[in-house]
Amino acid sequence: MNIYLPIAEISVNVFLLLGMGGAVGFLSGLFGVGGGFLMTPLLIFIGVSPAVAVATEANQIVASSVSGVLAHWRRGNVDFRMGFVLLVGGTLGSMFGVWLFTVLRSVGQLDLVITLCYVIFLGIVGGLMFMESSRALFRQRRHSDTRSKLHQHHWMHGLPFKIRFRKSKLYISALLPIMIGFLVGVLAAIMGVSGGFIMVPAMIYLLGMPTSVVVGTSLFQIIFVTATVTFLQASQNQTVDALLALILLTGGVIGAQIGTRAGTRLRGEQLRILLALMVLAVCGKLAFDLVSTPDDLFAIGAATGH
Amino acid sequence: MNLRSVLLSIAVVLLALPGAAQTPLIADLSEHQIQITTGFVGTDVLLFGTVAPDSDVVVVVRGPEEEAAVWRKGRYAGIWINERRVTFQRVPSFFAVRSSAPLVVIASEITRKRHGMGAEFLRLRSAEEGLSETDFATFRTALIRNKRRQGLFASSGDEIAFLGGQLFRTRLHFPANVPTGFYDVEVFMLQEGRVVHAQTTPLIVRKAGLGADIYYFAHNFSAIYGLIAVALAVAAGALAAFVFRKN
Repeated sequence: MNIYLPIAEISVNVFLLLGMGGAVGFLSGLFGVGGGFLMTPLLIFIGVSPAVAVATEANQIVASSVSGVLAHWRRGNVDFRMGFVLLVGGTLGSMFGVWLFTVLRSVGQLDLVITLCYVIFLGIVGGLMFMESSRALFRQRRHSDTRSKLHQHHWMHGLPFKIRFRKSKLYISALLPIMIGFLVGVLAAIMGVSGGFIMVPAMIYLLGMPTSVVVGTSLFQIIFVTATVTFLQASQNQTVDALLALILLTGGVIGAQIGTRAGTRLRGEQLRILLALMVLAVCGKLAFDLVSTPDDLFAIGAATGH
Repeated sequence: MNLRSVLLSIAVVLLALPGAAQTPLIADLSEHQIQITTGFVGTDVLLFGTVAPDSDVVVVVRGPEEEAAVWRKGRYAGIWINERRVTFQRVPSFFAVRSSAPLVVIASEITRKRHGMGAEFLRLRSAEEGLSETDFATFRTALIRNKRRQGLFASSGDEIAFLGGQLFRTRLHFPANVPTGFYDVEVFMLQEGRVVHAQTTPLIVRKAGLGADIYYFAHNFSAIYGLIAVALAVAAGALAAFVFRKN
C-alpha cells in the first residue's frame, strides 16, 4: 500500500516506513539514542531528499524521546538539573545549525556536508566507544580489584560557574554541559540526529556521569532540542513532512518501548559494544559511498538556493 | 477512467464528424485533470482521436517549464564532490513523445526539430558565462539522462495504436513523482513527413485531498505547522508510553 508524502513529494510503501520506524525505534529505546543516525540515511536511501529527511527525522525523534524519557523518569533515571543546563546550549546550537543548514543548501554542498559529518562523528565516536567498552568488558572478566579513582581531575575542573548535580553525583562547571549541548544542537539541525550518539559518550567519559542516569537525561534534553529544530526547519525551510513523521513515529514509539525493556536486561558494556559496532557499520557504508565512483557523475540538484 | 466512457467519447467524436475533410484531426484525453491524492502512485491518461486516412500521429506532452541545475562531481582527496553547476532555463519538468511509427520514418528532421519531437530537440538555454560548446553539450545530455532516470522524460516511439485506418489511441503514463502544474498535450497529424494539422489539449496536474491541505498549510502557515508537528509528536510519544505502561 503506497502513500504519497505531501512535503517529500514521493510515493512510498506505508509498511516499509512502519517497519523502518519500528526497527530504528527498538534500537533507540535500547541504547537511549534517538536513532536518527540510522533513520536519516535510510530515508535518503529510499528517495527522500536530504533536506526533508533531516528535518522530518528531528520531528520523529521528538516522539520517540518523549516515550523513552517517560519510561526512564518512572525509574528516577533523569537528572533534570543537568538536562536544563544541556538544554541552554542545545537551543543556541540548534538555532545556529538551522541557519548553517540554509546557507549550505543555497551553495549546493548540503548533501556533502551531511555525509561528511556522519562519517567523521560516527567514526570517532564509534571507534572510541568500541575501544573503551571492550577494554571495560575485558577488565571485568579478569575480576581485577584495583578500583580507579571516583573521577580524575582535568583542565575542565578549573572552569568557573560550578554547579552541583546531585543525581549525577557531580560538582562541575556549567560551561562544559552547555558546550556539549551546543554541539549536539548543531548536529540535530544539520544531520537530523538527536545527537545521542555523541552526547551519551560525552556524558559518560567527559562529564563522568553515572551510566544509569545518562540515557534518561540525554533523552530529556533531546526532546527540547529536536522540538526546536522541528519548529525552525518548518518555519524557515518548509522541509518537515508531518505525515511521514507520523508514520515513522507510529512504528518508532512501539519499537522504542520494547527496546527500553530489552535494555534493562543487558549489561552496560555489552550495550555499548553493540552500539559502537552499529555506529561503525553506518560510518563505513557512508564513507564507502563518498569515495566509490558514482554511476553518473552528473546529477540534478537545487536550481537556486532558497 | 473506465473503458465504457472512453468508447462512448470515441463514438461521440465519430458521430460529430460531418466530413473528414473539414476537421481531419480531433483528439481528446480521458481526463483533463490528474489529482495527486494521498494514495497516488502514478496514473495513465488515455489519449484518443481520429485523423484523415493514411496519416501518422505524434503526441508531445510538456510539463510546466522550470529552472534546472545540473551538478558535475569531481574527485578531491578521494572524495566525490559537487564541483561545477550549470543552470538551464525553461526546462520542461515533464516531457514525453509518442508516435504511431518510429519518428525517423514518419517525420523529417526539420519537422522533428521544429515541433520538438524528442528530448534532443528541446530548446534548452543556459545563462552560464564562459561555458564552452562541448561543456554545454555534456551538461545538456546529462540533464536529459537524469530526467529519463527519474521517469520524467519519456521518449519511446511506436506506441500509438490505430483502430481501423483513422481512430487512434495511446496511453500516457504519469509517474508518482509527476510535477504539478499546467501541461500541454500537442497532437500532430503528419503526412509525407510533414505536419499538416495540430491540436493542443490542456492537462492539469494538481495535488488534492489531505496531502494538498498539508502542503498548503506547511507553506502558508509555516510557524503554526511547526508547532502542530511538535505537538503531535509529543502527544504520540506520551500516548505510546501510557499504553505500554499498562502491560
